[in-house]
Amino acid sequence: MGIDLSLIWAVIIIFGIMMYVVMDGFDLGIGILFPFVRDAGSRDLMMNTVAPVWDGNETWLVLGGAGLFAAFPLAYSVVLSALYLPIILMLIGLVFRGVAFEFRFKASKTRRHIWDKAFIGGSLLATFTQGVALGAFIHGFPVQGREFAGGPFDWLTPFSLFCGLGLIVAYALLGCTWLIMKTEGELQKRMHDIGIPLVWVVLAVIGIVSIWTPLTHPAIAERWFSLPNLFWFMPVPILVLLCAFALMRSIQRYAHYSPFILTLVLVFLGYSGLGISLWPNIIPPSVSIWDAAAPPQSQGFTLVGALFIIPLILVYTAWSYYVFRGKVRPGEAYH
Amino acid sequence: MFGLEALDLARIQFAFTISFHIVFPAITIGLASYLAVLEGLWLRTGNTLYRDLYHFWAKIFAVNFGMGVVSGLVMAYQFGTNWSAFSDFAGAVTGPLLAYEVLTAFFLEAGFLGVMLFGWNRVGPGLHFFSTLMVAIGTLISTFWILASNSWMHTPQGHEIIDGRVVPMDWLAVIFNPSFPYRLAHMAVAAFLATAFFVGASAAWHLLRGRDNPALRKMLSMAMWMALLVAPVQAFIGDLHGLNTLEYQPAKIAAMEGHWENRPAEPTPLILFGWPDMEREETRFKLEIPALGSLILTHSLDKQVPALKEFAPEDRPNATVVFWTFRLMVALGLLMILTGVIASWLRWRGRLYQSRPFLHLVLWMGPSGIIAILAGLYTTEIGRQPWVAYGLLRTADAVSSHSATQLGVTLALFVLVYFAVFGVGIGYVLRLVRKGPQLGEGAETGSGGPGQQRTPARPISAADEHLEHEGGDHLGERN
Repeated sequence: MGIDLSLIWAVIIIFGIMMYVVMDGFDLGIGILFPFVRDAGSRDLMMNTVAPVWDGNETWLVLGGAGLFAAFPLAYSVVLSALYLPIILMLIGLVFRGVAFEFRFKASKTRRHIWDKAFIGGSLLATFTQGVALGAFIHGFPVQGREFAGGPFDWLTPFSLFCGLGLIVAYALLGCTWLIMKTEGELQKRMHDIGIPLVWVVLAVIGIVSIWTPLTHPAIAERWFSLPNLFWFMPVPILVLLCAFALMRSIQRYAHYSPFILTLVLVFLGYSGLGISLWPNIIPPSVSIWDAAAPPQSQGFTLVGALFIIPLILVYTAWSYYVFRGKVRPGEAYH
Repeated sequence: MFGLEALDLARIQFAFTISFHIVFPAITIGLASYLAVLEGLWLRTGNTLYRDLYHFWAKIFAVNFGMGVVSGLVMAYQFGTNWSAFSDFAGAVTGPLLAYEVLTAFFLEAGFLGVMLFGWNRVGPGLHFFSTLMVAIGTLISTFWILASNSWMHTPQGHEIIDGRVVPMDWLAVIFNPSFPYRLAHMAVAAFLATAFFVGASAAWHLLRGRDNPALRKMLSMAMWMALLVAPVQAFIGDLHGLNTLEYQPAKIAAMEGHWENRPAEPTPLILFGWPDMEREETRFKLEIPALGSLILTHSLDKQVPALKEFAPEDRPNATVVFWTFRLMVALGLLMILTGVIASWLRWRGRLYQSRPFLHLVLWMGPSGIIAILAGLYTTEIGRQPWVAYGLLRTADAVSSHSATQLGVTLALFVLVYFAVFGVGIGYVLRLVRKGPQLGEGAETGSGGPGQQRTPARPISAADEHLEHEGGDHLGERN
């Protein structure tokens, strides 16, 4: 067959996860920034900047899970069972946060703080576990036969814990620059203030992960530092530095839109670095997308529906964001 | 942990999360069709009563839909986390079917749910009705896919086993497997009935409190018509489903009947009640009617029904459980039929809305449909044991290799979080019900849409009631 279905599906899933990280990233970031903003009015405003879009963002997580199951059942079964606790905790965090989000608006003023805490806790838990999962994914999973052959706490390494903290900072930056874009006045100023330190921390995290990864993963080190790969990959760190520099400048000159867009670029660069390190393995370090593929009948059958419906979801998502463009002001209340 | 093995805990965890989840889609399916009927009647008759009821139930539909999405998120990952060997073995078949279910749901959300919930003042009545119809049909298409997947696990066909894994060869055969049509019909009708009794009980609650308006009466009336007409149909479908099970999963039938062995040349009796004992291989304390088992299941007086001892002990489902879950389901079904008949008699006598004993009955029957769905779910799924994919893969071989401690901890977390989160959610739905339909509420409806604060991406935002009592709450004062 001329068409490489596994490749198409890998692209769809990579795209889906990218959409998820970009879109759910900033609204998880809102939850992470909640403790730094104390007054109720500003908190309402923060919620309102994501209220119309956040649930649609999680669409991509469900699609990613179902797509992985359909197209790469081996990866779905090995990766998810290897990451058992982080995944379950992430789901619990998301459930908590999702419902807290709704019911916060419906709760009375006296009870609202309970839902605020649920929202903060859920956001932190979901983000941290996603980062841990990411770190463990980079680290790879031992596979024997067609099963995960490691222990229940293999995912728990200093590296993965650091990735968990790193993702919290990264999502916080996404949330911060999102708020700079969507708000004005006091709240926006507050975000301008914490923006610059956040960029520095994110930059440090990227730097540490970039050093730590090749040091502990020889296969990745070899891929990075062998010629001619080095020349191909060199633009990534350079672009990261340029982007971070531009980002700080844009925050300093009180730009509204460019900080968020530059943060997205930064996230995208980090994501591409991940791709460079792992492609084409879907269960690092050794199982490729072709090894883990479902039979072509399954991939082809599901692709028909996916190609029909995913564009529709994209159009709808774009429309949602278009309608919701511009600043959110206090008083444009939810009720 | 508590003497339970990892396998038991994994099964309990799945049972727990699916039991919470299944209730929301079932009510979603039922309410979507109910809303389509209400809107159709409103457009046809111009009676504002239907429009008011539409807006009242649309809010409950939205909250319920939202909780279905949240609880479904967990299901989308649980096959991989807890049943990895199954996912690898059968993922080529069940993965695509699950993906189609998910895609259908998102298609709905992106397409028609927004118009349905927030487009009342924005699009013409024809287009709005079309959207409601599409949502109703869409929920049934979702049901179609998920039950195709589930039915295939009961009666697999259309595949080959290559390298120890399932490979789909003929998707039509996979989807339209032998038990699928019966299971789909049985589940869809169960969803309709569960919703009808929920709606009926809501009306009865208000009528019993002396709140009486034409909208409440209409709710009760419609629900009771459903009970009268559809509950018997469900019994008929259930019978067909049972015959299908007899053909393809005879061990399940034997377990449901608590039937251990056939005596030569004697028709099989029907055991009404008893205690199937798996250790002693007999049903103790049984009360049986001679030959009735053969009559019901083979429609004859000479053929015998398969008995549990014809199957090796390791191939038998747990009869103690399915014997009783099956009877619970049937008993509730019969009560539903009875409720429908009593309702018709009272309707004929003109006392449908006044008879307090009857209203109490309807109130108590409120959760009957949901309980029957759960009992039926347990009957069919526990009856499938010890197989996860019938005849292909045993449940014991399907489970991920997590320790009992790990599973125990996550199960405890799920229990804690689900009761907290969905407890509040269900409480909120009941609060909306307690407020009841207001005459004229359809005339003033808020708008919303993609990208707005009230948005179909978050269906729960369609309801604007508060979560708990606040000062001056009129309900708080009245009760």
